Amino acid sequence: MEPEHPHEAAVAVEVQDLHKSFGGLEVLRGVSLKARRGEVVAIIGGSGSGKSTMLRCINFLETPSAGRIVVDGEPVAVRPDGAPADRRQIERIRTRLAMVFQAFNLWTHRTLLENVTEVPIHVLKVSRRDAEARARALLDRVGLADKADTYPAFLSGGQQQRAAIARALAVDPSVMLFDEPTSALDPELVGEVLGVIRDLAAESRTMLIVTHEMAFAREVADHVVFLLDGRIEEEGPPDRVLGRPRSARLRQFLGAVA
Amino acid sequence: MSIPLWRALLMPHRLAIAAVFAGLAFWCAVSLRWDWIPDYAPLAVEGLWRTLWLLGASVVLGFLLAVPIGLAQAVGPWFLAWPARIFCTVIRGTPLLLQIWFLYYGLGSLFPTIPWIRGSELWPYLRQAWPYALLALTLSFAGYEGEVMRGAFRNVARGQLEAARAFGMPRLTIFRRVWLPQAVRNVLPTLGGETVLQLKATPLVATITMVEIYAVSSRVRSDTFIVYEPLLLLALIYLGIAGVIVAIFGRIERQVPARGG
Repeated sequence: MEPEHPHEAAVAVEVQDLHKSFGGLEVLRGVSLKARRGEVVAIIGGSGSGKSTMLRCINFLETPSAGRIVVDGEPVAVRPDGAPADRRQIERIRTRLAMVFQAFNLWTHRTLLENVTEVPIHVLKVSRRDAEARARALLDRVGLADKADTYPAFLSGGQQQRAAIARALAVDPSVMLFDEPTSALDPELVGEVLGVIRDLAAESRTMLIVTHEMAFAREVADHVVFLLDGRIEEEGPPDRVLGRPRSARLRQFLGAVA
Repeated sequence: MSIPLWRALLMPHRLAIAAVFAGLAFWCAVSLRWDWIPDYAPLAVEGLWRTLWLLGASVVLGFLLAVPIGLAQAVGPWFLAWPARIFCTVIRGTPLLLQIWFLYYGLGSLFPTIPWIRGSELWPYLRQAWPYALLALTLSFAGYEGEVMRGAFRNVARGQLEAARAFGMPRLTIFRRVWLPQAVRNVLPTLGGETVLQLKATPLVATITMVEIYAVSSRVRSDTFIVYEPLLLLALIYLGIAGVIVAIFGRIERQVPARGG
């Protein structure tokens, strides 16, 4: 489902000429993209194309070698070495960027409810009562209302990932970053997680989704970006990029994953 | 368990074992001498109390020291990591008895020569043995657990800390809410075992005149020439305390399940 005017809305997150090297290995060689409010951007590409690194540079889990990140119009201030210059600022900006990880990364020593209330209570200083009420509603929404007091170790991958999505929603983020959210799941569990993300897309959440699920990308994305060797090889509306790709490398890639 | 406990206990071989132990206990009760107990009971209670608080205080204080020592070794800059590593190596590489004597006879004979210490409010305590006993046991526990915590901090899964960072947690909050609890959780079984070891190290402080439970049993022996009975009772007491420690740690462990699939 398309948001009504995705190209007129304000820019929620913008990546400008992003470079990233690990030692001598150049993983990103100048990537620029933006996501407007309510827009769903799918990032596809082969392994080693830099798509996860790009996502992790946006919230500075990785330090970009060069380039600029702008969130809700606010550029992240960086030192000459690329690291965030102001710890307070990056921590504040991170609370507006919620990440969903490939390996879920729920906090294993806390129940699902505690996982979802952790950031609202201890970072955003929401009252425990409000945070818990909202957390229960969110867990209910992802179909885990009866698992609120369970520890992550006792849940399937699909359940853990849905709980991780509830944790991300609990901070009421401007942008949600999905880092291959279904890649660590058994095939029969992929659907339940994609279903939750599909619902979020339908309510015009701003999302950047790194994914290998081409059919899913085509269905939910407003914009698809194909990364190749650390550069954007091709981008555009999903039907065109995935249906009638211009780049030979993209055709080759789509043929390989199909 | 499918068989009820009382039926499991009524299996013939278990009944036989129970009978042997009952016989042993009966024999101990009637043919050994226990008439000294009433005379020494008040002293024994005092000694037991001393053993328990010495154990409790040294474990708590030692662990509080072990956290920064472990952290310094795991992620600290060299000027913190090296002293921490040297401390752990020295503590773990020398006998505890030696450490107790070094502190008691070393510091204990140094302090009286320093006027401001003699004049201080603490002096009445520093003339007694227990501060040196507590210090030695605390440092010893810190040395061993500092090493345990080094590994514990390192072994917390990367993704756990990354998730915390990604959600904008300040560093201190990450440490308090994620890193430390996970590190401690992962080494709880080790800490339980080390606390039992610490219990069994406490009799060494009897050598610097602290009358804890072991020293009481020695006193009984030297006063009355009864050898086995006090030692037997002492062994039972230590076993009992060790059992309580194991139960406490087991309870904490069960509250939060270990990390799993």
